[in-house]
Amino acid sequence: MIYLELFLSFIQVGMFSIGGGYAAMPLIQSQVVTKHGWLTMSGYTDLITISGMTPGPIAINSATFAGMRIAGIGGAIIATLGCILPSCLIVSFLAFLYYRYKEMSALKSILSSLRPAIVALIASAGLSILSLVLFNGESIQPSNINWIDGGIFLFAFFLLRKYKWNPILVMCFCGVVGLSLHLLL
Amino acid sequence: MENNLKCQDSQKKLLKLFLSTLYISTFTFGGGFVIITFMKRKFVDELHWIEEDEMLDLTALAQSAPGAIAVNASILVGWRIAGFFGILIAIIGTILPPMLILSVISFFYSTFASNLYVALVLKGMQAGVAAVILDVVCELGLNIVKEKSIIKNLVMIVGFIATFFFHVNVIYIIVIATIVGIGKELWRFKEVKK
Repeated sequence: MIYLELFLSFIQVGMFSIGGGYAAMPLIQSQVVTKHGWLTMSGYTDLITISGMTPGPIAINSATFAGMRIAGIGGAIIATLGCILPSCLIVSFLAFLYYRYKEMSALKSILSSLRPAIVALIASAGLSILSLVLFNGESIQPSNINWIDGGIFLFAFFLLRKYKWNPILVMCFCGVVGLSLHLLL
Repeated sequence: MENNLKCQDSQKKLLKLFLSTLYISTFTFGGGFVIITFMKRKFVDELHWIEEDEMLDLTALAQSAPGAIAVNASILVGWRIAGFFGILIAIIGTILPPMLILSVISFFYSTFASNLYVALVLKGMQAGVAAVILDVVCELGLNIVKEKSIIKNLVMIVGFIATFFFHVNVIYIIVIATIVGIGKELWRFKEVKK
């Protein structure tokens, strides 16, 4: 019955986490640690670390990781499916409405003022990551600047803007350069 | 014969969709907006399957619905490109890589998490991710500025200050931008009536 419980728990995580990735964290904590006691608090901390440092959406990563720890491969699959089921239904419905009514002038007007807001949100997400890179999560002061990673950022930005490099290539390149520079210097 | 060709064509499209989502999901770390920027580069700039404005609309929808933004965005892109099967294919492409990688890592996660080399590579990649996002932001932002609409620029600037400096919840930003849009429409309606 662990599968059913896992499925129902992660449906709740999927349904109530609005705003992506880290919004799901407190919900996962309340389901997995507080309510069911499937993981200890330190197991949960590992979950956050691992989900953030491996590729893919954080919510999916944590569902897979928690499911795997709790009930093996089957658990991983069940938890992930539970996590995405609510989004599938709701988003499909929204997609249907969008493509049906997007030519309506009221919706057009709403969308045209939502677009700049979305650009602002993406900008804010990008700058948050940049400040994490530059200051290593410490306070924002000139003395805390991490020059190596800052340099890598500038170089990557230059490659993207000027030479239109493929973004995934740039990212892998940055990983290799980061490792070599930190080992050399 | 023609039907056959059409069928092959749509199969090719589905395969391309699957491989694109698989590839993006394998290489993107962190939150939803990272994946959105990679999707924009792939589906808007490289494959020309989606318009730039439309991609922003889909991002707004993905952000407003519950669940992971990346999964929501791939559902929307999948639907846009190939309907129901598109959704299925895009979801599988998006969740397969993290599931496989996480399943393997969960066996030796403490070694992985405390490995210095892994941490250094990830740190470098993080600098790259910041560059990718800000590169896309420059382009999108300049396009908004070029439209020379005071309201749009205001929404963008105020929205940025509110989220970045004051950490206002994303939901409020979306609600307020929606209200601005409705207000604009009501205003126009009033003017027309006059």
